[in-house]
Amino acid sequence: MKAWDAIVIGGGHNGLVNACYLQRAGLDVLVVEKNDWVGGAATSRELTPGFLYSNCSYVCSLFRPEIMRDLELPRFGLQVISYEGGAVFTRDGDYLANYRDHDAHRREFARFSKRDAEAYDRYSRDVTRQCRFIQPLLMRTAPDPTSFKPRDLGELLYLGKKFAGLTAEEMALTLRFWTMSISDFLDEYFETDVIKANFALSGIIGTALGPMSPGTAYVLLHHYMGEVDGSVGAWGYARGGMGAVTKALAASFKASGGTIRTGAEVDHVLIRNGKAKGVVLAGGEEIYGKLVISNADVKRTFLKLVEEKELPDIFLRRVRNFKIRGSSGKVNIALDSLPEFPALPKNSPVYRADMHFTDSIERMERGYDDWKAGRWSADPFLDMMIPTTLDPTMAPPGKHFMSCFVQYAPPKIDGRDWTDADRDGFAESVISQIAEYSPGFRDRIVHMEVRTPREIEAEVGLTEGNIFQGELTFDQLLFNRPVPGYAQYRSAVGGLYMCGSSTHPGGGVMGAPGRNAAAEILRDLAKPTLHMSPAHDVI
Amino acid sequence: MNHHPTIKPSLDARTLAQSHFRTLRLGTPFQPRIDALGLKQEWYSWAGYRAPHSLWDEELEYFAIRSQAALFDISPMTKYRIEGADAEAYLDRVTLRDVTKLKPGRVHYTAWCDDEGFVLDDGTLFRLSLTRFRLCSQERHLPWLLDSAHGYEVSVEEETEAVAGLALQGPTSFAILRDAGFAGVERLKVFDLAEFAHDGATITISRTGFTGDLGYELFVPADKALSLWDRLMAAGELRGIRAIGYTALNRARLEAGFIVANADFTTSEHAIRADRLRMPDEIGLGFMINPEKGHFNGRRAILEARARKKLRHVLVGLEIEGNIPAEHAIVYYRKSQEIGLVSAAMWSPMAKRNIALASLKRPYGDTIVDDLWVEIYAMRELQYQKLMKKAKVVPRPFIKLDRRTANPPADF
Repeated sequence: MKAWDAIVIGGGHNGLVNACYLQRAGLDVLVVEKNDWVGGAATSRELTPGFLYSNCSYVCSLFRPEIMRDLELPRFGLQVISYEGGAVFTRDGDYLANYRDHDAHRREFARFSKRDAEAYDRYSRDVTRQCRFIQPLLMRTAPDPTSFKPRDLGELLYLGKKFAGLTAEEMALTLRFWTMSISDFLDEYFETDVIKANFALSGIIGTALGPMSPGTAYVLLHHYMGEVDGSVGAWGYARGGMGAVTKALAASFKASGGTIRTGAEVDHVLIRNGKAKGVVLAGGEEIYGKLVISNADVKRTFLKLVEEKELPDIFLRRVRNFKIRGSSGKVNIALDSLPEFPALPKNSPVYRADMHFTDSIERMERGYDDWKAGRWSADPFLDMMIPTTLDPTMAPPGKHFMSCFVQYAPPKIDGRDWTDADRDGFAESVISQIAEYSPGFRDRIVHMEVRTPREIEAEVGLTEGNIFQGELTFDQLLFNRPVPGYAQYRSAVGGLYMCGSSTHPGGGVMGAPGRNAAAEILRDLAKPTLHMSPAHDVI
Repeated sequence: MNHHPTIKPSLDARTLAQSHFRTLRLGTPFQPRIDALGLKQEWYSWAGYRAPHSLWDEELEYFAIRSQAALFDISPMTKYRIEGADAEAYLDRVTLRDVTKLKPGRVHYTAWCDDEGFVLDDGTLFRLSLTRFRLCSQERHLPWLLDSAHGYEVSVEEETEAVAGLALQGPTSFAILRDAGFAGVERLKVFDLAEFAHDGATITISRTGFTGDLGYELFVPADKALSLWDRLMAAGELRGIRAIGYTALNRARLEAGFIVANADFTTSEHAIRADRLRMPDEIGLGFMINPEKGHFNGRRAILEARARKKLRHVLVGLEIEGNIPAEHAIVYYRKSQEIGLVSAAMWSPMAKRNIALASLKRPYGDTIVDDLWVEIYAMRELQYQKLMKKAKVVPRPFIKLDRRTANPPADF
């Protein structure tokens, strides 16, 4: 029977990126995907006629341009368009907008505080400096600090040199950034609640921490280090929804000779004598491969797809303790007309931006309190946008797709599983919040897809519905991601690799884990990696 | 006592201000007059204001500065009103120069640094009274100024929009002000300021400017801006007054040897790359530092850098052979070793020399000043003409005009 050169479990964006690079290196690669479509958490599905949703992830910035270029994704239909800034609606009937124009941005902040308006430059400088420190690390394998291999020493030296290249002030800021709460960090720059809330949201998205929890400042950086065509920190829409990213990847993969099998759920990895030999599908079919690469998160991979006896105790214990907590949900809404927000002036660019209703850090923290108590937030934090204001491909003219990312949603409700009634209650908390700011909103709803951590785990396979395949806290980053000693995409099982967001540099639709894993695999196979662009220069 | 009123606008004022997004480039209070004279419609953004590159002819606008009088709108300049019993002590602490030596009715050019001794900005400090000052600068510094005010009895208020400003520069500028009826303006010596009545309000006129020429700057409440403009234009009609844009002014300032923040050096709150930060001694502002004056922001770092010879850069004036402007050219030692960059350059009509400002890596420009070269890439009809030209370090200003300082000032 045929043995593939490599089998990739899961057709998410990282699995596909990994498969593309391996196929282009001359390997014969098979991607097995349990759903009838590829995409993982980067999908666009038509659940009601005429409307395309970005079902899970909904915006694009982190996806590395080097990968888009290497894999010729524009040729396969990928187009990313920048969108306007954003806004936070305030409870007193006003709003705070983020405008792309620097001076409009300042004037907008000055409506609330002249001081904060003028504090933005320093804030922006400091955050940019930190992003520039991290960005070059994204496309490199994290060094193993306990190893004495020349390559690890070299990479450690690179890290050390980069760090030593910082001024004393920057070093202090870097260490603080990686450990501080976003709330404390913002207090150093701003005094106005709504302005702090405006920035804090990037520190909690997808994370089971509150804005006052240490470690959330880094999460903000993680959301700032992306780019749209060189505009660092900018976010955009993938035209056609986030599924356009994985559609292009799948097309690129097939064009280079790769094979995808959908509707093929892996039951377990076939292991003989401590070495991966292939996968066994849910129906019992065995597929053989010289290498197996898992795009699933580290918990799903090693606690569900690999038998315990194949794994060393310490590795197993660390995988079990890996933090991958569900904290968010998603509500996708088809609308028969553009909702109106009376707080916004006519033709405000905010309609084409991301919108939020949580106007203080304290409200975010209260929302987190609900999560800790095992409930969804009664007053949730929404990251809401209407991509169809810029993307004509997702809904008929005049009709709209609205994407609502919702936080917080715990993996279990009061210790038990989510029920359908819980899901409906969760959706109601979202709809009622929007309706407060947009009269008549309910009447515009044509169709709705509600995804609690239960639905996300069941469909996409993300453990607890955690969008990053594991928290982005410092203890789970760099050479500790996913677990110490296994941060270089290899695992405790020979021939079994990891390529998902559980690995360095983490989550978001970035593609870097998939690419970096491919580089390591090709290194093990002593194959050239000339088809992989090095990271773009940060000058 | 310590009060910094961070003004929280009322909801009504806040809501009224919402529509600013419809006008990304604001007009200044003088905009109706400038629009009427802006035959070229060539605008740039100066701190978010629609400011003219040039109104009708950038060369003739330059010659208006040097031969008659030129009117230039400086309203977009950031302005802070600093007032209180401790205002002098506070500013002495925040800024480099000795504010205790700045008498009421005087102006000085100064700069201020962060705690590491890196320059946050340069600007002019106007002492309007014993306890009242106006600080003018290119960039914005309200958080820095407010945070620095802890422990001082002083209030800091941003007044950029409330106060309009005009520079009237050139040989006939004095005569125009006199003819406009500003009695007593002849008593103003360089860096003096005084208040004058205008249209039922009080305006400030100082004998200052950015051109190295005889000239004045006028600050007026925004609602009296247009009547002031008209008054000057009427009085100047027979003395060749012309409104000008920034291109002409920028030439005059370079001849005068002045530096521009974020053009000739990068201000520390904007420098993303740590090696772009500059101490005063590295951008030609070392003369402002008076170690004897007591503590000021950045003092320890600056004195330590001096003592340990850790100053890495120097800003110099260059005279370059030939007449091709060397803007943004790389500076070489012995034609081969890269030692710096030209930040501004022009052929000077007043000096009849090819002049430039450049930032060099010490010791070049400091102790080694021989054998310096600039490589000019002159684009001519889609080809670079590459020129390697000899450069000589020369003192600034590049021109010195007696009329700038003459007392009493002359009619032309």
